Amino acid sequence: MTHAITVTINGKPYAHQVEPRLLLIHYLRDVVGLTGPHIGCETSICGACTVMVDGKAVKACTMFAVQADGRQILTIEGLATDGRYDPVQEAFWNEHALQCGFCTPGMILAAKQLLERNPNPTEEEIRHGLEGNLCRCTGYQHIVNAVRAAAARMGG
Amino acid sequence: MIPQNFTYQAPKTLEEALALLADGTAKPLAGGMSLIPLMKLRLAAPERIVDLGRIPGLNYIREEDGKIRIGAMTTHYEIETSPLLRARCPLLATTAAHIGDMQVRNVGTIGGSLAHADPAADYPAALLALEAEVRLVRAGGERTLPIRDFFVDVFTTALEPGEIVREVVVPVEAPGTGTSYQKVAHPASGFAVVGIAARVRRGDGKIALARLGVTGLASKPFRADAAEKRLEGTDGAETDLRAAAAAVTEGVEANSDLYASAEYRAHLARVYAVRGLRSALQAA
Repeated sequence: MTHAITVTINGKPYAHQVEPRLLLIHYLRDVVGLTGPHIGCETSICGACTVMVDGKAVKACTMFAVQADGRQILTIEGLATDGRYDPVQEAFWNEHALQCGFCTPGMILAAKQLLERNPNPTEEEIRHGLEGNLCRCTGYQHIVNAVRAAAARMGG
Repeated sequence: MIPQNFTYQAPKTLEEALALLADGTAKPLAGGMSLIPLMKLRLAAPERIVDLGRIPGLNYIREEDGKIRIGAMTTHYEIETSPLLRARCPLLATTAAHIGDMQVRNVGTIGGSLAHADPAADYPAALLALEAEVRLVRAGGERTLPIRDFFVDVFTTALEPGEIVREVVVPVEAPGTGTSYQKVAHPASGFAVVGIAARVRRGDGKIALARLGVTGLASKPFRADAAEKRLEGTDGAETDLRAAAAAVTEGVEANSDLYASAEYRAHLARVYAVRGLRSALQAA
């Protein structure tokens, strides 16, 4: 049996019939067509699938689409406003905080959540906050630099 | 990584949820941070899921009559950052900060974690040291258990079919109490290879109360009674802490896996028990 869900993704409303077992990440990528959130480990370790649900960073591979019914979802595609990058996106660009780019969408959304809660984090706090996101290129130092740069830019 | 299909029910009230769970054939879904990965691996394949996430009123942290009551659907993040817990029962808040990662703490709940009863989960150590109580409900009844009677074995609790965790009750710490959670985190999974929650209180220059909750070491989390008794009444000198910590592993059949042998785990437990007690005493 399928369920009717309505969600708002990056400010736009969507309505679909979904099987209860459909994971949010598969819904976003295969049904809605937003391929920014990536499928990495599929075991809630790597964080490549991180999106915001009602303002909270979650791993979209570990949530059913039916659980998101009625909620607001933000993916990396919705982060820029009026063609201008979010300060975290800009900082990742400026600080060369990506190599292959696979972890980047999840890393940026996790970093955004971290900075919302702690506008001026120490290096240790940044590393603790991003524990749920793995970079297989191991480019962590530049990622930490980018989060610090974004914090400075955002006036933290 | 696609779970077996299931029937999904999302009740809006607790009564409705308990009625749907009453026959014991459905699995309750809280935050899903343990259940959904198990379903993806098909280690769990429930035919019916009752999602507790749409029920208002199960998410709170409040002080009443000298105790702090925590609703089962309260997330690890809310517990980690609760000003009330930070001030009045800091052990639970600091322990919550060790769970999983930020995204997991945003969604995972204390009730779900307890019901899942992973032998390497973090909360049980703290809740045992705090002598917490869990309030369980089912259709037509409820009961309250001391936390040490709740954990039965690996992934096994005292919950009966159709019964769910409703609330966790922890004490407001008395003045002079110090606590600490010390954990050896598995480098890949973040789970506790060993986790020690220490809670001590000084009175008249002696250790008036000592509580030690241990997770990760054995098939279920436990209170290290012998170690507690050995420490109470002493001056809390370094030699006293070491003598007490040595008792943490007495009579315990330690877990063994690819990462840590039983012998190594037991060694870690004794070392981290000393660190936990030392740190708790400094905070007392």
